[in-house]
Order: sequence, then C-alpha cells, then structure tokens
Amino acid sequence: MTGGHPSTRSARSGSGRSTAHWAIWVGAGALIAFLAVFFLWPVGEILWRGLAPDGVPDLAAMGEVIARPRTLRIIGLTLAQAAIATVACLVLGLPAAFVLYRRRFRGRAVFRALALVPFVLPTVVVGVAFKVLFAGTALDGSWLAIILALVFFNVAVVTRTVGIAWEELDPSIEEAAADLGATPLRTFLSVTLPRLGPALASSAIIVFLFCSTAFGVVLVLGGTRYGTVETEIWTLTTQYLDLRAASALSLVQVLFVVVVLWAAGRARSRPEVRTPTPGRAIRLADAPLIAATVIIGALLAVPVVSLALRSLRGADGWTLDHWAALAGVGSGVGGSAPVLAVSPLEALWHSLVFAAVGTAVAMAIGLGASILLSRRPASPRGRRVLAALEGGLMLPLGVSAVVLGFGYLVALDTPPFDLRASPVLVPIAQALVAAPLVIRTLLPVLRGVDPLLRDAAADLGAPPWRVLASVDLRLAARPAVAAAGLAFAVCLGEFGATAFLSRPDWATLPVVIERLAGHPGPGNLAMANAAAVLLAIVTAVALAAGELARGRRLSSRD
Amino acid sequence: MGSSIRPLRLVAAAAVAFSLTATLAACSDSRQDPPAPAHLVLVTHDSFALSDGVLDAFTAETGVTVEVQALGDAGALVNKLVLTKDSPLGDVVFGIDNTFASRAVDVLEPYVSGALTDAEAPFLLPADQGGDRLTPIDSGDVCVNVDHEWFQEQGLAEPATLEDLADPAYRDLLVVESAGTSSPGLAFLLATIAAFGDDGWQDYWRALVANGVSVAAGWTDAYYAEFSGPSSEGDRPLVVSYSSSPPVEIVDAGAPTPTGVLEATCFRQTEFAGVLAGTRHPAEARLLVDFLLTPTVQSDIPGSMYVYPVVQSTALPETWAAAAVRIDAPFELDPARIGANRERWIEEWSAIAVP
Repeated sequence: MTGGHPSTRSARSGSGRSTAHWAIWVGAGALIAFLAVFFLWPVGEILWRGLAPDGVPDLAAMGEVIARPRTLRIIGLTLAQAAIATVACLVLGLPAAFVLYRRRFRGRAVFRALALVPFVLPTVVVGVAFKVLFAGTALDGSWLAIILALVFFNVAVVTRTVGIAWEELDPSIEEAAADLGATPLRTFLSVTLPRLGPALASSAIIVFLFCSTAFGVVLVLGGTRYGTVETEIWTLTTQYLDLRAASALSLVQVLFVVVVLWAAGRARSRPEVRTPTPGRAIRLADAPLIAATVIIGALLAVPVVSLALRSLRGADGWTLDHWAALAGVGSGVGGSAPVLAVSPLEALWHSLVFAAVGTAVAMAIGLGASILLSRRPASPRGRRVLAALEGGLMLPLGVSAVVLGFGYLVALDTPPFDLRASPVLVPIAQALVAAPLVIRTLLPVLRGVDPLLRDAAADLGAPPWRVLASVDLRLAARPAVAAAGLAFAVCLGEFGATAFLSRPDWATLPVVIERLAGHPGPGNLAMANAAAVLLAIVTAVALAAGELARGRRLSSRD
Repeated sequence: MGSSIRPLRLVAAAAVAFSLTATLAACSDSRQDPPAPAHLVLVTHDSFALSDGVLDAFTAETGVTVEVQALGDAGALVNKLVLTKDSPLGDVVFGIDNTFASRAVDVLEPYVSGALTDAEAPFLLPADQGGDRLTPIDSGDVCVNVDHEWFQEQGLAEPATLEDLADPAYRDLLVVESAGTSSPGLAFLLATIAAFGDDGWQDYWRALVANGVSVAAGWTDAYYAEFSGPSSEGDRPLVVSYSSSPPVEIVDAGAPTPTGVLEATCFRQTEFAGVLAGTRHPAEARLLVDFLLTPTVQSDIPGSMYVYPVVQSTALPETWAAAAVRIDAPFELDPARIGANRERWIEEWSAIAVP
C-alpha cells in the first residue's frame, strides 16, 4: 500500500521524523517541567521530610508503619471499597452510556449534562443528605452506604468516558454481526465489548483512583469507623503531624497508581476506522437498556432531589428564603456575625473563573500529552520517557490532596515560585486532577487511529503538521470537546486541594458550602443545600450548552 | 510516526506562558517588596471573623495595614505553622488554642501583651508552656447541648452530668464527634479525662458505648444530621457542640430557648495570639497583638465569633446576657499534659469508641 512512491516517501518521512523527534522532546520536556514544578517537587519535598527527617531515608521506620495491623487493615479496606465501587460503576454506567451516546432522542444533550451532576456535588452536603436518607435503615453507618455513595459520585465517569468512545465506533460491524445471525447479547460480547475495552479500562482507572482517594463522604457516612488510606493520611497530617506515617502511606498510594496503570495498560486500543454517528432512533429492542438507564437515573436523582426539597423547606413549610439568602453571607445571631467572607453567588463566580482557567490548562496538558503518548518512538529510551510521563500525569489522581497542599506550603516558598498566598495555585491544582481524565478520554481515541490513515495522508504529500491536523486532531476534536466538559466538571467540583489552597476572599462555591454546613445557625444548612443545587444547575446548563454545540458540529459535518 | 509540531508547540507555549504568569503573580505578591508603611499578615483559622472596619481602626491608629489569611481549622493552622517554621506564612497568628498550644511554642517569638491585667491571669499558660509567647484573646466552652423541646415532649427529665449520659434512661440519645478528627470531639474527650482521671475515663467511655453513643466524624454531621434540634435533621436530643450554639437556634426572641447546654459537661478552650518567629516587622506585630485586647476588638468578639472576650471588663451584647450561658466551672487540663498525651489518649479512645 505504501509502495507507490518509495523514493519520495522515504525522503519526506526522513526529514519529518527528525522534526517529529525534536517536537516530541520539547513537548515532553515542557510537560515534565510543569509536572515537576507543580506536583513532583512539592509532593517529593513533603514526602522526603517524612521519610528522611535526618536526610537519610529511614526504611525500617517506613516498613514498621506499613506493617502495623491498623495500616494493613486500612489498605485492605481501601482496595476492597474501591474495587467493588469500580465494578458497580462499570455495570451501571454501561447501559446509560449506550442510551445516551448510541441512541438519538429529544433532550439527549440535557440528559448527558444531567448525568454529570453528581460528580460536582460537594461531598459534605451529599454525605449529610445520604445520612438523613439512610437514618433508621440498616444502611445507617454501614460500609455499603459508603460504597453506594462512591457509586453515586463516580458512575458519571464511566457513562461519559465509555459513551464518548462508543459514539466513535462504526455501528456497521455490529450490524454485520446481526445480519449474520448473532444474537444482540452475542454481538455485544464478541464485537462491541472488545472494542470498548480501552475506554472501559480508562474509566476503571479513574473511578478506582477516585474511590481509593475518597475522603469527605467516607468520614461523614462511616463516622471514622471505615477509614481509607486517604482519611488516614489526612488524620496523620492535619491532626497528629505524623509526617513519617503519612509519607509511608502516600507511597502506598503511589504504588496503587502504578499497579492500576500496569493492569489497565494491558488493554490497548487496536487501530480501526472510526465513523462517528449521531446515533440511531430508539427502537423496541432497546427497551430493557432504557428501563435500566431510567432506574439508575432515578436512583442517582434521589439524593439530588432530596437536597433540592430540603433547600425549599423552612420552619413553617415551603419557602424560597434559603435561595434568596444566596446573595448574602450566612446568618449568625441577629445577622451580626457573617459566616462567610463572600456570598455564595460571588463564590459561584470565583468557581466559574477558576474552573475555566483550570479547564484550559487541563486541556493544554491533556491534549498535548495524549498526542505525545499515542506515538511509539523508535528508541527504547523514548518509549521509557513516555511511559514515565504517562505514569507521572496520572499520579495527581492517586495522591492525597492534603499531601499536595502541604507540599505547596513547604516547597513553593522562594521566588520565582513563592506562590503560597497566590490564587494561581487553585486552577493549577484543579488542572492536575482534571488532566488525567482528559488524557484517559483522548488517549484511547488517538491510540486507535489507524496508522494507515497517517501513512496515506503522508503518501498523498501532506507535510507532518498537516497529517496531524487532518488525521489526529480531526478525529480527536469531538472527544476533546466532551473531555473538556468532564474537565470543567472536575474543576468545579474539586474540593480537597481547592479547600487547602483557598482563602475566604476568593473561596469557591464548594468551599463556601462546606463552611455553611459547618456552622450553627438557622438556615445555614438549608442555604448550603440551596447552594449545592445551584452548583448542580449551573454545571448542567454549562455542560448542556457545550453538548448542544458539539451536536451541531456533528450534524453539520454529516 | 507522524509529526506533531504545532500542538506540541502550543503545549510548550502554554506551559511557558503558564510559568510566566506564575512568576509574575509571585513577583506582584505584596510580601515580596518591603512596603513603605508596614504591612502585616495575620494568619488564623477559618472561624476567625471581626466586624467590618474593626481592623481598619488599627490601620488608622498605627498606619500599619493588616491582611487576614485563614489557613484551615485550628489543628491545621498549627501544623501549617510548624511545617513552615523556616519561612513563616505571616507575622502574627491568632487562634492557637490550649489543646494545641504546646505544639506551637517553637514557631513563636517570646512576647505577651502588657495589656493583660490580673483579671485575665487565669487564662495565661504556665511560663514554660507557652506562657511567655501566647496572649489569651478569647475563650469558649465545648458542652453537651440538649434539645429542651424533645425532653419536654417525651416527659423525660434532662440529664445533668457526665455520669447521667451513661445512665440507661438516656440510652441512644447522645451523639459526639470523633476525638481523632474533630476539635470539639477532642475537647469532650479531654473533659472526660479531666473528670474521671487517667485511669477512669476509659471505663466511662466503655459505659457510654454500651449506652449507645453515636460517634460522628465531624461537627457538621453530628449536629445537622444526628441532633434533633430545630435546625437539625436527626433524632438524638444530646450533642457535643459549643456553649454558644443555643443562642444561634433562637428564632423567636419571646419564646423559650429551644436548646441549651449541660453546664456540668463543659471543657474550656482558650484561644491565643502570638508573634511568629522570623517576622520582618516584630514591633508592628506586637502592636497588633496588643490591639486584639483593646475594647474595639474585645467587644466585637462575642457577636463575631460566638466566644467570650478574655478581658473581663468587656460588656457583653444584650442578646448574650439573655441566652448565652457563661460556664462557671468548666473542666480544664494542663496544656503540657495535653501536649504530652494527646496522641496516646486519642489512640486509646479510638480503640474503645470506634472499634
């Protein structure tokens, strides 16, 4: 196939290869520099202080911390909790991904946006909502309650990540299988599922890491009975100032990331032709999947609806007072002592600005990294650099926010990086958490690009940049817009690092909500609930707008 | 292998632009330049609040501007100060309490405000335990709060003492916060240690557990999700909270107060201010500590932070006289003893209360 013009091709790809090499090294260098300054250095410095208080790593002490029965129990609990929740998210997220991304119906854009709402809700108010819902049932204070909450927060990751990949798959192969007499189940198992493998692996990595670093909801629902590695690190750092034990546990978290990446790396995309379709109309055979999706959606809606109802309930019945209060700063005795420095409405504005910047940074990192990582450098050294970069970029998902926060405090204290009092760290920290999701969404798509396409373009005389623009970027464009929506939701909802870096004057909405829920005062909790619902609505509207724009692009291209 | 120059350049450019922004932000940081009139950074905890204009009075008086930076809850505040000892986050700290005082001694300069009088002497720490560096500013009590309405409806007499809480008549009625993850939770544990002694509190907690005490991770879920008070959604009428929580529950000033405190269950938390070691403006920092003891600040404290001003001559707001409870004989513990035993106590407590 490439034999048509051997001489021109080899000449062109020769020069192309050296520019490509150069570009890859520069790109990788820039990403590594960013990661080094804003993640590896701060985290490394705080871990070093813990592990080597005298300048020499104290391996025996580390081993002692990890071998404690309590530590081992907590590691086991964390792994079990995250594994069960991940499997549940995969099982529940698949039908929803099918209905929302393979079928066409009125209002689809809105439902796609609504599906992401649980993801941005602050864990504190949702935790209290779950606790009130479960009160008096067998679920009250149980381990199952924590897992249900983890599924509630994370199932959207599967729906969206898998949905985006599913949307890109050519349906004619399934149709061919059906024409040849395969049952729908058989078609799904032997044709669809293998092709979704990389996307499933991607979403499983993300959900697993999110669940293994879950914090607020574990504390609220488990009442300190069911600690995770994350809650343990938080307690050790903020309460005991036991950096040695906290650092040892942080290394365990890093190990989780490495193992999960290794396991998921076994599911690689195979190249195939991608023909995105707007989806087909609903038909009778879809009924079971649609029913399942509706039931899952209804269950996910319960805590959100409960929040909405409780935000509308006053001492004397229904009221809009708590919503009206969102323009104010919370109540104390006779309104004399404001709970907040800024009103929830101002905080919402801060949230949107931070999230917009965070999303832009996450997309720059994510798109650049995905293009880099989808290449297979010829040299073993190049491959090793890329593998290290892939792992490094996933670390922020698995490493505790409180460790990163303390790391910023001890590391970024000298010019030009004296940023400890600067708001600029907020979108950076948010982008560090969001970028892995962008990468995990785009990488399967880009790795799946058939190299023949690139070769064909090159053969037809396209210079390397043109190949990239008309093959890679063109195929990645739609998933990239969808990934940006996911990144935006992550940035809006990010709490751990944001709360650590936040200052009252530029607090974000989740931080303000947590603060309202943490203070006595008539209406403060109801106001926190109203603010959470407001965050949900704004998120849904922003995502739906993005979804509609994306839909229009697709139909105009057809 | 296809080439990929353009987006890579974009990424590189983005990263460079980003570090530039970061650098610029760093350079414009006000703490970098020696400001003409001194500029102080007051680091504190998230619950710090003063009415608008109070700190402006200090600026008007001295020409020194003050920037407030909240750094998390009281525990996180102290730990952040300890970790950044070599390049301090500010000039003055407010909000170190007696449960964490021993840990903070190393990050402070020796200075205690001369504005203190004999009336405030009981709030001072012993000299070798931070008494020469920490100036008391306010105090508040952590107490078991009771839902009066619930007990009236049930026709049950309210408990009064710590012992009563372990009485089977009050089974399944109390919710506390975890001493490992919550500041009021730790204060209540310290109250029981002060009450029952080194060898008695463990049995008391076993009795509480046998009597169905519920342990929540933090104040929010204990108070809002488990307590039965008017602004809460739970069904337990007894909760560990602050002595200043009941006045906040008053909506109708004429009606009887819906909740109250059990005065024999309280632990006193005193909050201190100090000058951070390494400040470039030690003289101005001392002035700010002194200012926190002036009537301007002291009279603002009850309404702004729901705690009692430490200066005894300060007049309390009228609403406080009616509703807030001044605890006469709270439980107290030597800060040095707390500092030496905190971790061990919490571990022992965890083994009993959250097995």
